[in-house]
Amino acid sequence: MIILSLMALTTLGIIRLRNLFSVVILSTIYSFLMATLLLILDAVDVALTEAAVGAGISTVLMLTVLYYTKVNEEKPKFKSIIPIIICLAIGGLLIYGTYGLPPFGASDTPIHTHVSVQYLERSISETGVPNVVTSVLASYRGFDTLGEVIVVFTAAIGVLSILKRDKI
Amino acid sequence: MRLDLLLRISSKIFLPFIILFAFYVQFHGDFGPGGGFQAGVIFAAGIILYTIIFGIKKAQKDFPEKIFNFMVPLGVIIFTVTGLISLFKGYNFLDYDALAHYPKHGQHIGIIAIELGVFVTVIGSMVSIFFAFVARGKK
Repeated sequence: MIILSLMALTTLGIIRLRNLFSVVILSTIYSFLMATLLLILDAVDVALTEAAVGAGISTVLMLTVLYYTKVNEEKPKFKSIIPIIICLAIGGLLIYGTYGLPPFGASDTPIHTHVSVQYLERSISETGVPNVVTSVLASYRGFDTLGEVIVVFTAAIGVLSILKRDKI
Repeated sequence: MRLDLLLRISSKIFLPFIILFAFYVQFHGDFGPGGGFQAGVIFAAGIILYTIIFGIKKAQKDFPEKIFNFMVPLGVIIFTVTGLISLFKGYNFLDYDALAHYPKHGQHIGIIAIELGVFVTVIGSMVSIFFAFVARGKK
């Protein structure tokens, strides 16, 4: 709860501030809070990724971008009432949607009774890997992981071909 | 001399541990949290720290950019070839039981191989993108 309220405060800061350097630092803080939250939720893999990518690498990339542009954001030229209304409406809908979710940590929900039980029971005997996350990612759903790697590959190719346009 | 003496010394001390931690996350992924993606990102963060501290010229001299550009497709190739080997042995695509005599050994080998593929692609893309970004400022 404390972490969530700190995250909300950070987000408000990001919205209000016009100095982009502070915005980048605040989003780093947001990523670290998110990593802490994921750690509390026992998703250590995702927390590692969030700390390294969200707080580390993307901050460095953003600071590099700031080096090439101006540090202060200009005042918006148009009123932002309609976007605010749309954001509030979608946010309200999402919050309304959470009331349909099962209570947090309930064990009799569909996601805990369908395939995850099978993974937990059969991981050791079929793959010999104690970490079920790894066995699901690499073995049972290897095809998904191959897709993810190809996504990373495609993204890298795309970004590089934009950034190195003049060299080709 | 330069004023960032403290930063340079402390990051020199930290860098081997960052790289070592990346390999730990990579090879310990079977037993603890982590895997190829996390390890690759930590490794890339180590190289990016090196670049920030010592400058892009020294970093590009020590870690040639071509290696990282080459690593981006190499990981995908490692992953796909692992899948194709089991395909050619008469099993399903990416069924690691085919890679060794005992299915469990095959699973271990297969998981290590594909995690290596993920690791290589992630390092390659992260560092290539970072180098490409930083190198734009030199003109």
